[in-house]
Amino acid sequence: MEMLSGGQMVARALEDEGVEFIFGYPGGSVLHIYDALFNESKIPHILVRHEQAATHAADGYTRATGKTGVVLVTSGPGATNAITGIATAYMDSIPMVVLSGQVQSHLIGEDAFQETDMVGISRPIVKHSFLVKKAEDLPRTIKKAFHIAATGRPGPVVIDIPKDITKPEEKFEYHYPESVKLRSYNPSQRGHAGQIKKAVKLLLSAKRPVIYSGGGVILGNASELLTELAQTLKYPVTNTLMGLGAYPGSDPQFLGMLGMHGFYEANMAMHESDVILAVGARFDDRVTNSLDRFCPGAKIIHIDIDPTSISKTVPADIPIVGPVASVLTDMLNQVRAQREQDAALPDADALATWWQRIEGWRESHGLWTAPRYQQGDGIMPQQVIESLYRATAGDAFVTSDVGQHQMFAAQYYRFNKPRRWINSGGLGTMGFGFPSAMGAKLAFPDADVACVTGEGSIQMNIQEMSTCTQYEIPVKIINLNNGYLGMVKQWQDMQYEGRYAESTYADSLPNFVKLAEAYGHVGMKIEKLADLDAAMDEAFAMKDRLVFMDILVDPSEHVYPMHIAPNGSMADMWLSKTERT
Amino acid sequence: MRRILSILLENEPGALSRIVGLFSQRGYNIETLNVAPTDDISLSRLTMTTDGDDKEIEQITKQLNKLVDVVKVVDLTEGAHIERDLMLIKVRALGPDRAEINRCVEIFRGQVVDVGPSVYTIMLSGTAAKLDSFIEALGDTTVLEVVRSGVAGISRGERVLSL
Ligand SMILES: Cc1cc2nc3c(=O)[nH]c(=O)nc-3n(C[C@H](O)[C@H](O)[C@H](O)COP(=O)(O)OP(=O)(O)OC[C@H]3O[C@@H](n4cnc5c(N)ncnc54)[C@H](O)[C@@H]3O)c2cc1C
Ligand SMILES: Cc1ncc(C[n+]2csc(CCOP(=O)(O)OP(=O)(O)O)c2C)c(N)n1
Ligand SMILES: [Mg+2]
Repeated sequence: MEMLSGGQMVARALEDEGVEFIFGYPGGSVLHIYDALFNESKIPHILVRHEQAATHAADGYTRATGKTGVVLVTSGPGATNAITGIATAYMDSIPMVVLSGQVQSHLIGEDAFQETDMVGISRPIVKHSFLVKKAEDLPRTIKKAFHIAATGRPGPVVIDIPKDITKPEEKFEYHYPESVKLRSYNPSQRGHAGQIKKAVKLLLSAKRPVIYSGGGVILGNASELLTELAQTLKYPVTNTLMGLGAYPGSDPQFLGMLGMHGFYEANMAMHESDVILAVGARFDDRVTNSLDRFCPGAKIIHIDIDPTSISKTVPADIPIVGPVASVLTDMLNQVRAQREQDAALPDADALATWWQRIEGWRESHGLWTAPRYQQGDGIMPQQVIESLYRATAGDAFVTSDVGQHQMFAAQYYRFNKPRRWINSGGLGTMGFGFPSAMGAKLAFPDADVACVTGEGSIQMNIQEMSTCTQYEIPVKIINLNNGYLGMVKQWQDMQYEGRYAESTYADSLPNFVKLAEAYGHVGMKIEKLADLDAAMDEAFAMKDRLVFMDILVDPSEHVYPMHIAPNGSMADMWLSKTERT
Repeated sequence: MRRILSILLENEPGALSRIVGLFSQRGYNIETLNVAPTDDISLSRLTMTTDGDDKEIEQITKQLNKLVDVVKVVDLTEGAHIERDLMLIKVRALGPDRAEINRCVEIFRGQVVDVGPSVYTIMLSGTAAKLDSFIEALGDTTVLEVVRSGVAGISRGERVLSL
C-alpha cells in the first residue's frame, strides 16, 4: 500500500473523490496541504481574493452542476471569513465540503496564534463537521464528508484539520474507501407507498389544484418528472424563488413565482386552491405570509426528504418523506393506475373553470401578459432583465445578489431549465452573485454567465475582479445601478415615510467603468434606454472578456407585487404604489 | 407538557454540543440532561426532560433525529416507563436535628453516605417529584448543597432502545 503524509492524503483524497476545482486561500496552518497540492495534484485551484468568495464560488459551481463544491481555507481569520458562505449554502441546502486548517493539536485550546474553534463557530450552520485527530483518519473522514454533504437533504460539511497531522515527515498507508456507511445516518430513499396512494387520490379529486414546487426539485434532479406529472394532469405550477427553472418558465401551465414578490396569478391560485401539492418546498415565511390566513380552503400534500420541513410552519394533510425523484415516479405510476380505474379523473369541467379563473388573474395583473411597470425616467430595471433575456436567448446562467435587482431577475427572466438561476434565497447574502457566477462559468466555460447585481451588493465582493483576471473568467456583470440600497429604500418608502436612513451613499460610488478597466476588464456605462439592447449584445459578443455593465436605472422603482404584512394572506398584495388587492 | 426524551448518540467528541446547541439555537428548553456511555462504549445514552406542546415536541424529535450523530430518539412519556433522578444533598445536622433527619431519610428510603460533626450527606434516588418532596420534608433543616443527576429513564417491559 502507498505511504502518504497527511497533507498528501488530503490532496489525493480530493482527486479520488473526482473534485474538479478547489476554491481557496492559503495560510500558515494549511501550508503542508498546499505544498502537497502544488507537488502532486492535478486539480485546478482558484485563488480567490477573500475566503467568503471561495465559499460562494464553490456554491455557484455546485448549483450550476449538482456536484459538491470544495473550499480550502486556513485557520482563524481564513475560517471565519468563510462563515457567511457556509451559512448561505446551509440555508439553501447546497452540498459543500470546507477544509479548514487548525492550529497544531497540542496548541488547541490555548488561544494560539490564529486559533478559532471552527467546529464550534460553524456548528449551527453546517450539516455536520469533523475535527480530525489523526492523519490515518483523513481519507475516511473526507469520504464521510462528501457522502453526508450530498445525500439526503444536502448541506455544507466542515473538516477541521490540525496542522501537525498534515506534516510531510510522517507517512501512513493510504486507502480511499469506495463508500461509507454510517449507522446513525440513513436518509429516506423512498416515500411510503400508502401515503403516495392517498396523495394521488386526493390530487385526482381536486377541483382547484396547484403544484407548489421548490428548490428540492432542483436539488433532487427531478424537474423532468415534475414536468411530466404536471403536464399529465394539466395542473398549474408555481415555483418558489429557489425552484425557478424546475418547471419550464415559458410553459403556459407555469404561473410564475409565488410569495412575497410572487406573481398575482400564482398567489391567487394558491389562496383559492382546494389541493396544494408541495414538492421540495418548505413553506418559508416569504411565501406564506400570515400562517393563520394561509390558503384557507386547501388540503396539503407535502413531499420532502427532510421530516423537519414537514408540518414545521404549515401542517400537512398528507406528508410524504422521501426524495422527490422516487416519490414523483411512484406518483406518476399511481396516477396511471387510479385513472385506469376511473378515467374521468380529474374532473375536466372543474379544471376548465379553474383555468378560466387563473387566465383572468393572469390577464388582469400578470407580469408577462402586459408591461405592469410605468416607464419612468431613463431605463427601468425590468427592461434590463428583458434585454438580458433577449440577448442570451433565455439560456444563460444567471446569478444574482440580494435586493430589488434579484427580484426583477426572478420575475422577468423566464428560466426554462433547472440550475440556470443561482441566488441566495434563505440567507439573502449580498455579495453572493459575483463569486457564484465565477463558479458557474468555470464549470461551463462556453455558456453565457451573467451576474445581475446592484451597486450595493457588487461592492461586497468586488475584489474578485482580480481573480477573474488571473484565471480569465469572462462573466458579465449586469449592475442595476439605482444609486440606493434599493430594497431597503423600498421598505423605507412604504413603512418609514421615505426616511432613507443609511440607504444611500451620497456621491461616493466608484466609477465602475474605470474600476473594471483597472483590473484589466471591459467597463460600460449605459444611461439611455435607446442604448441598452445594443450594449447588451455588444457585451455578450465579447465571449472572452469580463464586461462590467454599469446600467443606470430608475431609482424610484419598487418591486411589485408585494405581500401586505402583517396579518395578510397570500392574496393580499400591493400591485403598484397605489393599487392593492 | 413535560416529556422525557431518550437519545442514543454516537460517543464522539462534539456530539453532545450539537444536541445542546440545537436546543438553544431553536429556542427549546432543557430542564434536565443526563448523559453517560452505555455498555457499548461507542454509544452514549442521553435522557433529557423538556417541555412543549405536541407540535413542538414533534419538531424537537425530528430535529434531534436529523443530527448525524444521533442514532435513535424515543419519547419515553409516550408509554409506560421508569424515571430516576439521583440526589446528593448536604445538610446541617446538629444535636436533636440529627435524629429527625435520620427519620426523614428512612421514610424516603435514602441513605446517609457521609457523616461529619455538623453535617450529613444524604443520597436519595427516585422520580424528580420524590426528590422535591424530600427537600420539602426536611423542613427547617439548613440545606447546604444539592446535586442531582437529572432524570435517567427507561421504558417498562419488553421495549428496548438499542441499535
Ligand atoms: C429579498 C428576498 C425576497 C424573497 N422573496 C421571495 C418570494 O417572493 N418568493 C419565494 O418563494 N421566495 C422568496 N425568497 C426566498 C425565501 O427566503 C426562501 O429562500 C425560499 O422561499 C425557499 O424556497 P423553497 O421553499 O423552495 O426551499 P429551499 O430552501 O430550496 O429548500 C428545499 C426543500 O426541499 C427539500 N429537499 C432537498 N432535496 C430534496 C430531495 N432530493 N427530495 C425531496 N426534498 C428535498 C429540503 O429538505 C427543503 O425542505 C426571498 C429571498 C430574498 C433574499
Ligand atoms: C450582507 C447583507 N447585508 C445586508 C443585507 C440587507 N439588504 C437586503 S437588500 C439590501 C440592498 C441591496 O442594495 P443593492 O445591491 O444596490 O440592490 P438594489 O436593492 O438596489 O437592487 C440590503 C442592504 C443583506 N441582504 N445582506
Ligand atoms: Mg441599488
